[in-house]
Amino acid sequence: MDINELQPILEAIIYVAEDPVNPEQLKEIFPDESYETIETALRKLMDEFNSRPGGMVIREIAGGVRMTTRPEYHEHVRAYLKTKPGARLSMAALETLAVIAYRQPVTLAEILAIRGKKSSTALKTLLEKKLVAIVGRKHVVGRPILYGTSREFLVHFGLKDLSELPTLEEFAELAGEQH
Amino acid sequence: MTTEGVPASETGAGDSLTLTLRLEGFEGPLDLLLHLIKREEIDIWNIPIAQITEQYLQYLQVMKDLNINLAGEWLVMAATLIYIKSRMLLPPDPAGAAQEELVEDPRTELVYQLLEHQKFKNAAQMLYTRQEVENAVWNNPPREVMEEAREVVAVTLFGLLRAFHEIVKRFEERPVLQVDQEEISIEEKIADIRRLLLVRDTILFSSFFTEAPAKQHLIATFLAILELVRLREIWLYQKANFQEIHISKGKPSGETA
Repeated sequence: MDINELQPILEAIIYVAEDPVNPEQLKEIFPDESYETIETALRKLMDEFNSRPGGMVIREIAGGVRMTTRPEYHEHVRAYLKTKPGARLSMAALETLAVIAYRQPVTLAEILAIRGKKSSTALKTLLEKKLVAIVGRKHVVGRPILYGTSREFLVHFGLKDLSELPTLEEFAELAGEQH
Repeated sequence: MTTEGVPASETGAGDSLTLTLRLEGFEGPLDLLLHLIKREEIDIWNIPIAQITEQYLQYLQVMKDLNINLAGEWLVMAATLIYIKSRMLLPPDPAGAAQEELVEDPRTELVYQLLEHQKFKNAAQMLYTRQEVENAVWNNPPREVMEEAREVVAVTLFGLLRAFHEIVKRFEERPVLQVDQEEISIEEKIADIRRLLLVRDTILFSSFFTEAPAKQHLIATFLAILELVRLREIWLYQKANFQEIHISKGKPSGETA
């Protein structure tokens, strides 16, 4: 199939999808097309769709693509939907999550050492919200549980993948200013 | 040690109250040290450890006075600070003076811990911002619509007959008000239903039968509904088997009776 034929079909699928659509799912629908063709069509669709000054945008999230409203229009969309902003994570939970995201796989003891305080409540919240998952056990005495971030973490924070996170060194403001 | 010293360097009693509330949920000893370093505009690579230790202990005292149950890590940090302070006070070892550059500053480990902690605090701030952005976007279709669609069960002809049987039974049980029999045709009933669906997308099946003056009206309405289903102008669904039957405009998304 020609890329120009494929492109509008991909747009239609991305429109109806509830979760980010990944190339593997599209390959199932178009078994005769190569991944290269599918990804070229996706890229072209995103370039064209996102260059128009519309209210929607196609973004790369958690290894797939998703069509969403543009964040700058949130006030009016929210007024129409009559919804309030969703529950936010506490700073304690976000800090614990940051440690897990940058140091994964990581144990609870290691999180405690970095944060200098107990973090089991925050960790419990993150596990309940499925932002964090158990990824294994460390091969040391006591075989402590190792934690890592989940796919839901990427979706929740609108990340394409973990490499999209800024490096931790970019956050070194105190050291950078004074040394 | 008195507690007056601490609120004096803050802006007042209100501040120390905020402090107590936040300590419970979030702030730890490293946060307090970073707070003091920023407030006093201290060079993190040259922390006046005696001054910081004193301020840290004053805060601890305030928290004790306010009956805050201090977690162990607060006392561990106090011990660490006092240990560093005592190391700093020791005269330089004359034997080690020759290799002075190799003598490690007792503050180094703490400084790196503080820097690391600050990085994660900043990273948490970045996650917070990203969360705010994600809270401000929506994707289609909204989940509620999807869930409702999934719940719908197709109405079988038997389900429909059963519902109609109930309606007729209820009709026959009510007191009879004999009025002039008015002839009604299926065509007229079809027109009635079509008119109702012009203003509403969904109507309860049972609501069509509430004001029927005679059994013939019920039958005419029932046959009119069947005819409209056949013509695919309406479709029937229910949230679950044996629940209220809804009549909806348009074509079914799945199987219907």
